[in-house]
Amino acid sequence: MSQYVVLSAILFTIGCVGVLTRRNAIVVFMCVELMLNASNLAFVAFARQHGNLDGQITAFFVMVVAAAEVVIGLAIIMTIFRTRRSASVDDASLLKY
Amino acid sequence: MNLLSHSVLLSAEGGTHIPVVAPDTGAGGVFDLLWLVIALPLLGAVVLLAVAPLLQGSLKASADKHGHLVGTAAALASFVLSLVLFVALLGRDAESRQVGQHLWTWFETGSLSVGMDLLYDQLAALFLLLITGVGSLIHVYAIGYMEHDPRRRRFFGYLNLFVAAMLTLILSANFVGLFLGWEGVGLASYLLIGFWQHKHSAAAAAKKAFVINRVGDIGLSLAIALMFATFGTTDFGGVSELTGGADQGTLNALGLLLLLGACGKSAQVPLQAWLLDAMEGPTPVSALIHAATMVTAGVYLVVRSNFVFELAPVAQTAVVVVATVTLLWGAIIGCAKDDIKKALAGSTMSQIGYMMLAAGLGPVGYPFAIFHLLTHGFFKANMFLGAGSVMHGMDDDVDMRHYGALNKAMPVTFLTFAMGYLAIIGFPGFSGFWSKDRIIESALADNLLVGVLAMLGAGITGFYMTRLMLMTFFTPGPDGKGRWGKDVHPHESPKVMTVPLMVLAALSVLGGVLLVGDWIVTWLEPVTGTAEHHEPPLPAIVITLLITLVVATGVAAAWFLVGRREVSREAPADVSFATRAARADLYGDAINDAVVVGPGASLVGGLTTFDRVGVDGTIEGGSAAMGGLSRTLRRLQNGFVRSYALSLLAGALLVVLALLAVNLG
Amino acid sequence: MILTILILLPLVGALVTVFAPGALARLVGIAFAGATLLAGIVAATQYDVDGGMQLTETHAWIESLGVHYALGVDGLGILMVLLTVVLVPIVLLAGWRESEAEGNSGAKAFFAWTLALEAMSLAVFTATDVLLFYVVFEATLIPAYFLIGGFGRSGRGRAATKFLIYQLGGGLVMLASVIGLYVVSANTGNPSFLISDLAAIDIDPITQRWLFLGFFIAFAIKAPMFPVHTWLADTTEKATPGTSVLLVCILDKIGTFGMLRFCLGLLPEASQWATPVVVVLALISIIYGALVAIGQDDVLRLIGLTSLSHFGFIVLGIFVFSPTGSSGAILYMVNHGIATALMFLVAGYLIQRTGTASIREMGGVEKTAPVLAGFFLVAGLAACGLPGLSPFVSELMVIVAAFDHHWLVGSVAVLAIVLAAFYALWMYQRTMTGPGREGMAPVADLDRREVGIVAPLLLALVLFGFFPMPLLDVINPFVHDSLAGVGIGQEGGHQ
Repeated sequence: MSQYVVLSAILFTIGCVGVLTRRNAIVVFMCVELMLNASNLAFVAFARQHGNLDGQITAFFVMVVAAAEVVIGLAIIMTIFRTRRSASVDDASLLKY
Repeated sequence: MNLLSHSVLLSAEGGTHIPVVAPDTGAGGVFDLLWLVIALPLLGAVVLLAVAPLLQGSLKASADKHGHLVGTAAALASFVLSLVLFVALLGRDAESRQVGQHLWTWFETGSLSVGMDLLYDQLAALFLLLITGVGSLIHVYAIGYMEHDPRRRRFFGYLNLFVAAMLTLILSANFVGLFLGWEGVGLASYLLIGFWQHKHSAAAAAKKAFVINRVGDIGLSLAIALMFATFGTTDFGGVSELTGGADQGTLNALGLLLLLGACGKSAQVPLQAWLLDAMEGPTPVSALIHAATMVTAGVYLVVRSNFVFELAPVAQTAVVVVATVTLLWGAIIGCAKDDIKKALAGSTMSQIGYMMLAAGLGPVGYPFAIFHLLTHGFFKANMFLGAGSVMHGMDDDVDMRHYGALNKAMPVTFLTFAMGYLAIIGFPGFSGFWSKDRIIESALADNLLVGVLAMLGAGITGFYMTRLMLMTFFTPGPDGKGRWGKDVHPHESPKVMTVPLMVLAALSVLGGVLLVGDWIVTWLEPVTGTAEHHEPPLPAIVITLLITLVVATGVAAAWFLVGRREVSREAPADVSFATRAARADLYGDAINDAVVVGPGASLVGGLTTFDRVGVDGTIEGGSAAMGGLSRTLRRLQNGFVRSYALSLLAGALLVVLALLAVNLG
Repeated sequence: MILTILILLPLVGALVTVFAPGALARLVGIAFAGATLLAGIVAATQYDVDGGMQLTETHAWIESLGVHYALGVDGLGILMVLLTVVLVPIVLLAGWRESEAEGNSGAKAFFAWTLALEAMSLAVFTATDVLLFYVVFEATLIPAYFLIGGFGRSGRGRAATKFLIYQLGGGLVMLASVIGLYVVSANTGNPSFLISDLAAIDIDPITQRWLFLGFFIAFAIKAPMFPVHTWLADTTEKATPGTSVLLVCILDKIGTFGMLRFCLGLLPEASQWATPVVVVLALISIIYGALVAIGQDDVLRLIGLTSLSHFGFIVLGIFVFSPTGSSGAILYMVNHGIATALMFLVAGYLIQRTGTASIREMGGVEKTAPVLAGFFLVAGLAACGLPGLSPFVSELMVIVAAFDHHWLVGSVAVLAIVLAAFYALWMYQRTMTGPGREGMAPVADLDRREVGIVAPLLLALVLFGFFPMPLLDVINPFVHDSLAGVGIGQEGGHQ
């Protein structure tokens, strides 16, 4: 049991560090997905431990949301890449004070 | 209904009896028309001021042209009705001469109820005749005086408004109704002083009069509040019944508050400063409002509230002190003024001082206060109108130094004015002689110092009136003619102005008739009560002789100082301190400026700044600080997604730590 | 039903006006305002002066929280309703052309927002559920914000923001107390926001004080009172006179209305506990407002500040806890509405004609415009409480009650009659009298349409000056009931 949770934590941390350190939007994006999946793993693991389906259902929700997010997110990244010729998240910093 | 109202008498210490007001509201007959006395001039005012401006075209033109007739007719009708009522009152028993009329309930709430009630008694009857009688004469006079004024209709509307308000003041059966009339006359006075409001001085004088009167109104308002608090009513009836049982401190406070109100309206020191400025108004206004009627309302108030003052010795003493100071104050001012109207105004102030003095003496003095009020109403109105007639002939010049030797140019004005003059200085036989003589006599009996000062005042009156008379009608210039300019052609006024003068002159001469057989004393006794007479220190005849002697000295002094010398066209500048002080109204305005106006202006200025900088500044400062903080904080929104992610993580960690701390701690 | 109709009519009117073709918009607007006026009169005829809360309708709204859509009027409510429905058509007529002046948002918007404001105000005055009251209380701010920000002189945007923030701040504090009331009622086991239910609960004194503070701060800002009054001066200065009438004569009444309804009605003990402080604040408002008004140069700002003084009187009357004081205060609310409306509208005419609101730049108007000057003078005299005009009666009642409370309180309050005379007449003197400014075109007098708009207000001033009994007949039973609830009988007046 604890192995699943540890794996989930490791995956989440990797994702987290990736989001914070990488500049490429696509990589950042993948790291976000990694974190989502890490939490999915935890959900499923806990569901199994508790013996009910709540965690499983939530995992499905997360997947659906993640899918929707990918669709929209990739579209945005594509558009930005087309206009700026760059996929770096630091370049897109106009939305500020 | 208590028909035998005057059998109910309250006894104070000594032989003093204070009557309780208990009007008979079921008198019926002509007394049911009491309200009409007020309604007639009020209707005139409404027609002239509210209806006429709404008319169009030729109708409006004719309203402007004939409006004065409506106004005069309203005043005259009111006078006729007053006469009828007076005769009806004479026809009733001496015991039942208090007639009341309940019109409607004005306002009522909880424990407090005020009615629109009228009270017609011996005191009100005399006032009604004075106001409507002299008022009508002045209306007639003003037809001529205001002939060339484009706004004559409006002038008569204001005059009618004044008469209606003054009658309300007199006829009201409670202090709140009295206050309604009190403010009504204040308003009319404001409008009429400022009638020529395109002049800055007139507009300023009007405002000054109103505001100073309002200071007096503080007293009257608080008196009303105090009456409600102590007695639960302001009806004359209710209050007069209950004062006997009230505690003396309250009554003294009440009396002093009423006195403050009276000081404002009657231009008594320290609220005297407005009266001389009020002469900015057209002369008929000065005659009607600022001599004969409105300014004497304070005296009426004191006499009417005798049931308070009789039991409030401190307040009564204050009345005497204020009156004595004022009668000298006004007289001294009158000595130095070259403006004929202002000289007369100083005289008015002084004469009202006499009335107040009498009113402060208690039941002994009340009838003489009213008596002097009536005779003064006649002769002072006469002289003011005479002064107006002079100004009419002199192209509205008011400076007596530009007059002189007018007795030939204006014989009627001169003769009628002379009657008034003889009356005011107290020439034996004339009306003023009888009234002033009795006041000084009573004052001497009460307090020697006050009596002597009052006598001194009579001497000064002789001086300034003679000076005025000489400078105006005698003392020709070097060429034997007057001192007026080349373009001035003095002429007698038209009949419409001189006839009222003649009537008033006749009244000034014959006014003393009211004292025959002590009629006025007996007549007013049911209202004012009785008291034991103190014997004067000297026999009455000696006092009379003394007064006459003092007056004669004053007259002679004026003859030597003014009559026998050349009067210069310009007022000499190198004069004594006393003259300078008197010219400056004894520094009344300077004192007001130093004590009230100056600090007040600083306070207003300071508060206005404080409001903007202090109060609003705190609020705006708070919002500015908030704005500054957010300007700083928004730097966090730097546009780098990864720093957002970092703060997100930090926040999440913080939450987790907090949860852990709570759960483990 | 009549009350719902009363609220819906102007609301629908506002919508219809927005979608009406441009030329017709104003006619549609005034028609709806007229219909509301009629509905108000119908409601008044159905009202029974001794009947307590009536014309009630109650529907559950959020059952789990005990929130109701509950309406009803008592003596206080019906008078405020009548004041509102009477003043709105007058404001619309007065703003007929002005709202289209350059820089303003146009007549359509003015009419629509005014009607919306009317609807919300009527809802405030008739709501008998605390949460409903709170919701519409805040909702009045929306139309008010757009009225201030959309019409008037430059700088109005800032004034509108200031107004909004002040009011929202007050509303927020009040929300805390509203929630507090809910908690109190939920603790009794039967959560309800109905005023009638809440009044029956015996709230412990400490809680009462906290709840009182929340309500009082909100209403003090609304009224306004010293020291939270500065939005008033800025707003009246920048907004059009019509908007100022809506704000000062109707909307501000919500402040004193709320004090009577909530502070006195629900939290009587806390109200008595707070009396000394409130009375002092009211006295400061009275004197301070009048003094600061004297120092103003802007006509509209001056008039706005006079209201600070007058609201001081109203609050004073409410918080001396006597039948005379309360009746006087409520009567004052009505009279102040009439008198100040007249003052604002006439000042508006004056400013339209002279092209300036600065007193210093005016003068001599009376010569060519005597009718305008006459109206202005009467309005000024009403402000200084001249007997014969309606504010006098209420002012006297408040002064008498204050004097009864403590002689010093009455004596300080009475000073206002001198100060008021000074600011009113000094303003009149500087604007209307004198020889007139050089180079200033002669000022045209009021035409018949304009006289027709303001004359009803003047007539009402005179009428209620001599015959205030019709109003007092409505007020007195209400005051009797509400003070009986507090434990003060009719005899409580004097010894």
